[in-house]
Amino acid sequence: MQVTVERSALLKSLGHVHRVVERRNTIPILSNVLLRASGGVLGLKATDLDLEVTESLPADVTQPGATTVPAHMIYDIIRKLPDGAQVSLETTGETGQMLIRSGRSRFTLQTLPESDFPDLAAGDMTHRFSLPAQELRRLIEKTQFAISTEETRYYLNGIYLHTAENDGGPVMRAVATDGHRLARVETAAPSGSAGMPGVIVPRKAVAEIIKLVETAGEEVGLELSPAKIRITFDSVVLTSKLIDGTFPDYQRVIPANNDKTLIVERGDFAAAVDRVSTISSERGRAVKLAVSDGQVTLSVTNPDSGSAVEELQADYAAAPIEIGFNARYLLDITEQLDSDTATFKLADAGSPTLVQDREGASALYVLMPMRV
Amino acid sequence: MAALCRDCLTLADPGARRRCPSCFSPRLIDHPERDELSLAHIDCDAFYAAVEKRDNPEIRDKPVIIGGGTRGVVSTACYIARIHGVRSAMPMFKALELCPHAVVVRPDMAKYSDVGHQIREMMLDLTPLVEPVSIDEAFLDLSGTEKLHGAPPAHVLARFAKRVEDEIGVTVSVGLSYAKFLAKLASDAEKPRGFSIIGRKEVMARLAPLSVGALPGIGKVSAERFAAMGYRTIADIQRVEQSFLARQFGEDGFRLWRLAHGIDDRRVEPERDAKSVSAETTFSTDIADAETLLPVLMELCEKVGRRLRQSELAGRTVVLKLKTKDFKSRTRNQTLPEPTRRAAKLYEIGRDLLHRELDGTRFRLLGIGVSDLYDADDADHGDLVDTKAKRGAELEEAMDRLRAKFGGQAVTRALIMRAPDDDDAEEAED
Repeated sequence: MQVTVERSALLKSLGHVHRVVERRNTIPILSNVLLRASGGVLGLKATDLDLEVTESLPADVTQPGATTVPAHMIYDIIRKLPDGAQVSLETTGETGQMLIRSGRSRFTLQTLPESDFPDLAAGDMTHRFSLPAQELRRLIEKTQFAISTEETRYYLNGIYLHTAENDGGPVMRAVATDGHRLARVETAAPSGSAGMPGVIVPRKAVAEIIKLVETAGEEVGLELSPAKIRITFDSVVLTSKLIDGTFPDYQRVIPANNDKTLIVERGDFAAAVDRVSTISSERGRAVKLAVSDGQVTLSVTNPDSGSAVEELQADYAAAPIEIGFNARYLLDITEQLDSDTATFKLADAGSPTLVQDREGASALYVLMPMRV
Repeated sequence: MAALCRDCLTLADPGARRRCPSCFSPRLIDHPERDELSLAHIDCDAFYAAVEKRDNPEIRDKPVIIGGGTRGVVSTACYIARIHGVRSAMPMFKALELCPHAVVVRPDMAKYSDVGHQIREMMLDLTPLVEPVSIDEAFLDLSGTEKLHGAPPAHVLARFAKRVEDEIGVTVSVGLSYAKFLAKLASDAEKPRGFSIIGRKEVMARLAPLSVGALPGIGKVSAERFAAMGYRTIADIQRVEQSFLARQFGEDGFRLWRLAHGIDDRRVEPERDAKSVSAETTFSTDIADAETLLPVLMELCEKVGRRLRQSELAGRTVVLKLKTKDFKSRTRNQTLPEPTRRAAKLYEIGRDLLHRELDGTRFRLLGIGVSDLYDADDADHGDLVDTKAKRGAELEEAMDRLRAKFGGQAVTRALIMRAPDDDDAEEAED
């Protein structure tokens, strides 16, 4: 293999793929990135056996071929080369090394044979559709925080992506929950998504998708099978295994009849929660909300350190209520909202609360109260 | 103020003779801060010797030395032996030189431990905040128990001391104050059968004449270090500024100054006696298949659940224990998002753990339990995903009540009905 590429294009592409590679690997080949040169294109591929990212960039291919080299190392090398440089990559035949040359720098890297590189056999994808990059980003960004890290309930370790009916129209929904909070965001169902299987996209894939999609253009292609998801945009293809499990029937925990509506200024509310929670201990992060006519009083009591109280104006006309929430969760949710206000629909101190920008918004959050 | 009589537990004005007007006892408590203090240290008097004297009245009036076990030193000397100069940790031959007519009794630790636990149980009747220091002494925090007992801590403690004497037959000394080390100083101040109080107002004066070594955490070596710098008594420390002492001795100095002024924020930390709750059974024939193992597992889970509910506990880590037919142990565990005391939950987790071990190996023992124990109040709240937790817990409590009313076989899970009979099954709990 012998190929010459532009340093900045290579860096950008390696940046996309190298993150997939785990820093510590017991299987040596998984530390490597696959390089394949042919027909004016250099292809890159990295995998951790659950997730695979490929990317291609234009290259001046003198001699087609393929090899694998340590992913983080080649990324660091290319990163440290001067901007605007040309980089030549060349395998040295029998010795099993790859030579990197740029300006006056030369590196030789140990390689592993291309044939050892695992392939995440994608199998047949049953559904194909495309989604505006911005919408995919929104679906993920607003639900990602609620993904569980708990191993016992592995089926919560991802975002549940599926289609549903809402107000008579088909929607695509992303849902994540860790049992304490739940996020549900929807967008108009793209054509071609009808009948797609509900899939749980694992946490690591979610994190990669969000980083990749940041640089994506207009549309992102999605392909699905019951076991895999593939996302394609520009020259990047991400394929991931899905979590093999059943996502719980989340719809029944979304409260429909909470009749006490509390509306607060979102920024003021978040800042106040943040302030009073300063006093709370590591273990108990509960903030008490005492809601009455036109006002909400936030308070934290920590037997070890003291207490904090702050009053806020609010739009509230129902019967007074006292309810506790984890301060961190309240902040996570208010951060996801877009409008100037946050609307809480409360039932009682022991029941889940609904939080939205406004009633009927396309993103909704459910929060379990804490005992205070 | 009215004095509290430690013998008849009445409150009355003692008059000029300083005796209880009802029973003429001189053992009165009339400290001005008596009803405001709630931190106690209780220490049994010459505990091992006292137990032996209780069980053998013939030696009651003789000097008794417990010891002569493996190491040949005095473990405990009764107060009569102490008159002759016998002390704990003294070599036996020396003790017998001082007190040749002493009765020497070999220690019976199992017995002392039993009696110690009886006394501990009585302490727990007073407050859950009991911090055992050793088998025969403990700190008790009685704050906030006045309503419960209908009397201030001092009264409750006097009643306790009398109860131990009457029901157990050994005597205790009580120290009452507002901080741990002061309570301990107090209980040491008046032994045996003592009841001593160190109040906030007198603390400086009470501490002043004591040597620096009387403070907790100051051993012989550090006491010498402080003495070399001119701090022999606590009064020497009380005289200087905190910042000065802190400069001289760093953090030690800071702490020492606080203690010398009667400031000790250490809390009474109750111990959790059980670290895990479990049940296990040994089969009459070794078993390899899920079909036979699962009903047994369910039954064991029920048992563990019942024990957890009885003791108001819940566990967060489920532990499965197996022993193969060639006596190799396998334990597998799984930590839950929240503590549980539901048999159904234990079974769900235990079944998954068990399935991973079923590879044709024949097992002779199966056990399930929980560790990482919590209060029952923290268990089975459920969440947005596990919405059945609370109802499940209530269901199992209802089953407990049915069994209590109609007997153990009144209700059972369908799966258990299939469990094979194990006549020689053993159970264990730790």
